[in-house]
Amino acid sequence: MAEAAPPAPDPVATTPERVKPEDITAVRLRHPIRWVAAIVVLYIVVALAYSLVTNANYDWGVVWQYLFSAPVMKGLGLTLVLTVVSMLIGIVLGVILAIMRRSENPMLSGTAWVYIWLFRGTPVYVQLLFWGAIGSLYPFITLAVPFGGPDLIHVDANTLITPFLAAVLGLALNEAAYMAEVVRGGLLSVDEGQTEAASALGMTSAQTLRRIVLPQAMRVIIPPTGNETISMLKTTSLVSVLAFSDLLYATHNIAVQNYKTISLLIVASIWYLLFTSIMQTGQFYIERYYGRGTARVQQETLLQNIRRRMFTTSREESGTGPKA
Amino acid sequence: MTDLMLKSEALHKRFGHVEVLKGIDLEVARGEVMCLLGPSGSGKSTFLRCINHLETYEAGRLWVDGELVGYRQVADKLHHLKQSEIAKARSEIGMVFQRFNLFPHKTALQNVTEAPVQVKGMAKSEAEFHAKELLDRVGLADKAGNYPSQLSGGQQQRVAIARALAMKPKLMLFDEPTSALDPELVGEVLDVMRGLAKDGMTMVVVTHEMGFAREVGDTIVFMDGGVVVESGDPREVIANPKHDRTKAFLSKVL
Ligand SMILES: Nc1ncnc2c1ncn2[C@@H]1O[C@H](COP(=O)(O)OP(=O)(O)OP(=O)(O)O)[C@@H](O)[C@H]1O
Ligand SMILES: [Mg+2]
Repeated sequence: MAEAAPPAPDPVATTPERVKPEDITAVRLRHPIRWVAAIVVLYIVVALAYSLVTNANYDWGVVWQYLFSAPVMKGLGLTLVLTVVSMLIGIVLGVILAIMRRSENPMLSGTAWVYIWLFRGTPVYVQLLFWGAIGSLYPFITLAVPFGGPDLIHVDANTLITPFLAAVLGLALNEAAYMAEVVRGGLLSVDEGQTEAASALGMTSAQTLRRIVLPQAMRVIIPPTGNETISMLKTTSLVSVLAFSDLLYATHNIAVQNYKTISLLIVASIWYLLFTSIMQTGQFYIERYYGRGTARVQQETLLQNIRRRMFTTSREESGTGPKA
Repeated sequence: MTDLMLKSEALHKRFGHVEVLKGIDLEVARGEVMCLLGPSGSGKSTFLRCINHLETYEAGRLWVDGELVGYRQVADKLHHLKQSEIAKARSEIGMVFQRFNLFPHKTALQNVTEAPVQVKGMAKSEAEFHAKELLDRVGLADKAGNYPSQLSGGQQQRVAIARALAMKPKLMLFDEPTSALDPELVGEVLDVMRGLAKDGMTMVVVTHEMGFAREVGDTIVFMDGGVVVESGDPREVIANPKHDRTKAFLSKVL
């Protein structure tokens, strides 16, 4: 097969009398407003930092004392477990709901619609309270053969629905409704020609979904899922109402005894902040992975960005640097 | 068994109340190349999509290689085919789209190996071996590792042809394969198709490339308004169109 003809000779190279002009040296623009704004912001930052250090009410000693204490670490562990478990269940259920909504079977798509409507239409706090109080609604949970058949499983709701299970149910079922919308948006973003090309090759609809549509939808699904996960980590703080000993519950219990409310809120905040930051970094790398094949230039990592900014001249950068 | 690869008999297709195909009668023999042309909206794409089960039809009959498309006849009743039977039939027909529709998250090589591995259950190493041969055949041996976004339109369409060929189809359908290409890239795709025709592939090609139709086509079919207006030997039809609508159309594309 004939490839493109060899490139045309460079006109500059073939005309020897053309001389390369000198590099431009121009007077730099001044930005007085930027300087004023920077000074104002600097003043505010310094004032805040000064008060952080000098205001005794922050009680940094107490913060340090409890930051790594056993109850706080245990609460943090439970918060992370709760986040991961709820999010995983939420994602799996969300994918199932999104696929149900696309179904041609009106029973399936209708059920998914009602589910999403119900769980997005009520506050997650209220849903958590419901799961906590499920024992008064259904004292016993029974799995039986319908219409008077024998019982297969019969348990007391209060022993089955522990605070942990109530928390997981409340958070995961709510999350599923939001994830369903995220996944649905992702599936809709994939060009219909992709499904047609896959079917034309003889792939089944399940294969097409798994191998062709979902991987491409991921690019659209990942960023909001990252945000959902970060938001989930913070939302877990609501489960204190179920007497589930998460991070906030643990710090709150300590504060009740020593009256150092602010210090212990700072302890909780430091841990929340640390883990949301870690998640943001992870999100960046996952997005980069699923963006392969679609962007001609790969997004640079933070390290690459710093290296480029520090060790290349501005001229090189404007010529070869990837677009932000 | 006759030597017919494709036979269409009074084929009708409706979208809602709009009748798009109003009785298509035509035949394509094994190893033949049929070029299909006609104005926009005449139903060319719809006809191709019916052949490949991407659309169903309401009346008439359509056979590929002696097998009824879309239905199974039991006594005097027609039954819809199962999804798995439709997938099987599609896997034996290659289709090339105007907008390529390559899988953007897979390299050229992975695009070609995807169906043999997933649909035929071929071993990955064997599929890759064949895929490399096919990419070589379409002149892209050195682009195996490239993603579609790193290829030109002409290269993408050649990968798409290789992807369809990987399933060893008995019939290839092309829906305006060069219409989305810059003029200087059209030739490389037509070259590949010319090669296929020479190797005896049965092809139905929707195209407005008259040079290709004249040189490679065994028959040409001119469609308008959902019916076949005129058909015959390409050189004959292009030189002396009998029907006014054919004349009017040809005067625009030539
Ligand atoms: N899914 C659909 N629903 C409703 N109408 C459709 C659908 N697909 C095609 N049509 C209509 O059917 C007619 C024939 O369309 P078709 O795409 O087969 O034409 P074509 O000959 O391929 O035209 P072009 O040269 O523009 O590709 C058009 O009027 C189109 O609007
Ligand atoms: Mg068309």
